[in-house]
Amino acid sequence: MALSDIIRDNINSLNYFLPELLLTGLVLLMIIADLLLKKERSPWMSIIALIGSGVVLFAIINQYELGSRSIFNNMLAVDEFSIFFKLLFLATTILVIFLSIASVELSGRSVGEYFTLLMILTLGLFLMASATHMITIFIAIELVSIISFALVTYLKTRRRSSEAGLKYAIYGAFSSGLMLYGISILYGLTGTLNIYEIGEVLAGRDTNSLALLISVLLIMAGFGYKIASVPFHFWSPDVYEGAPTPITAFLSIGPKAAGFAVIIRFFNVALSNYDGVAEQWLALSNINWPQIIAVIAAATMTLGNLVAIAQDNVKRLLAYSSIAHAGYALLGVVVLSSQGVYATLFYLVVYYFMNLGAFFVVIIFQDIIGSEKIDDFKGLASRAPIPAIAMGVFLFSLTGLPPTAGFIGKFYLFAALIKAGPEFYWLAIVGLLNSVVALYYYARILKAMFFDKISEGVSPEPLKISPYYVTLLAVLGIPTILVGLYWAPLANLASHSVHFLPTF
Amino acid sequence: MIPASYYLYLSAILFVLGIIGVLVRRNLILILISIELMLNAVNLTFVTFSNYWGVYDGQVFVLFIMVAASAQVGVGLALVKTIFKKKAIVDVDKFNLLGQ
Repeated sequence: MALSDIIRDNINSLNYFLPELLLTGLVLLMIIADLLLKKERSPWMSIIALIGSGVVLFAIINQYELGSRSIFNNMLAVDEFSIFFKLLFLATTILVIFLSIASVELSGRSVGEYFTLLMILTLGLFLMASATHMITIFIAIELVSIISFALVTYLKTRRRSSEAGLKYAIYGAFSSGLMLYGISILYGLTGTLNIYEIGEVLAGRDTNSLALLISVLLIMAGFGYKIASVPFHFWSPDVYEGAPTPITAFLSIGPKAAGFAVIIRFFNVALSNYDGVAEQWLALSNINWPQIIAVIAAATMTLGNLVAIAQDNVKRLLAYSSIAHAGYALLGVVVLSSQGVYATLFYLVVYYFMNLGAFFVVIIFQDIIGSEKIDDFKGLASRAPIPAIAMGVFLFSLTGLPPTAGFIGKFYLFAALIKAGPEFYWLAIVGLLNSVVALYYYARILKAMFFDKISEGVSPEPLKISPYYVTLLAVLGIPTILVGLYWAPLANLASHSVHFLPTF
Repeated sequence: MIPASYYLYLSAILFVLGIIGVLVRRNLILILISIELMLNAVNLTFVTFSNYWGVYDGQVFVLFIMVAASAQVGVGLALVKTIFKKKAIVDVDKFNLLGQ
């Protein structure tokens, strides 16, 4: 391709890159605004971030009309798949901004950089969802990781927070080193870094399967770190416990969903062939990666759930539960059908509501009673009925009980798994057994809140819950139930978003 | 002309040394240095394969890795310094506040 064509393609791509460009502009604006507003601790930074997010939201929705296209010389893709994830990330960011405004942990600190970093993190997630080239995948993952390190450490006067950030940084650097070595082997096998070309080369040529296996396992280290799957989950409980709770909530959804976007795109494009008639992918013959991911999924679910049983700290318990949920969502990836991808996308949205909701209740109680231990949650239902009932809804949904959204999400995942044939029946059984285990430890929190007596020495008077909190709880809690009863619109959106370039 | 496989052996050895360093060393600074060693092994592999295939995107990747690695080390060292200021330790086994 001539140089002029390359330049022309870059310039034409700018139009499709509008949400990311706006986000970059917003970040620059916020850095300047922070300098000007530094003296007064004002709510302006959060307001700028919210208005900016609103503008970006319109730009993303507008992308549906532009149609699917590969931009910047096949570095990024704009398609329904990436737009879906961008909407999910932006929704996460907006809610986390609202949670951060309310958070007591952050009050009294300068929050200018906090919101700026949050918006840069969102930009990184956008890039992860649309990356189609190993360089962009790597840069996007690094952008997300490095900003997360800084955000986790934001309460730097608290030693727990610094310790969490440091552990996160070392695990992150280590796993990205492993991923890069995997990418370099893949590059050596194929001679290209574009995932579509990698797919073509691997399909057309007999490559050394051992080298390919090693490279895929190493690449999975980097991706697995992002979604916190076994055996790259070690960072997650410590980081979730030490980080400011709004950031914990963000990390349990944003980077995790972005990791799924990268995994689905990479494995389905680079390591499988698409069969348009049957609407499913076929894994390359010389590497059985669906079985590898199936084993990872089973191990992730089981470990997350079993270790969660022994936890006394609610934030740590939710950390292990979110590891387990990454395992559930992987079920949709192993079956390699549109139905499976669709189930994963649906589950991620459902997970967004229920998990953010659960973390938000923890934030509320943490701010008021100053503790996140299950023992200190005793009798809270009588002191603060609204958050306690909301917590009940979120935990039922996380378990997967009807009539909540979590039930529908799990139903789709298991349906896709069963439909894929007897090869994966064992995985479905492991998944169902895990749901039972999960019920036990979620019920422990509920039992403490609803049935245990208030501990001695704690005054039984009702807690004051501000209307702001109640509104946010409603925003998260009502969809959790509503989607469980009427899920057609969300299901339509998810099935529409399975399409990614250029397999359809 | 040295065959490409020699470079690959060298980079594999460097990479494994880096991994061993991360797993065995208990000093934070040395862990960061070991991670650098891993990344440099990756760089060597990329340059070798880039030369082998006669295309340059591998070498471009190396530049990106260098930039990202320095950003990562920048944040990593800043974190080490924050912790060191409060309590003068660089031994990772002493970081055990969380999870108790």
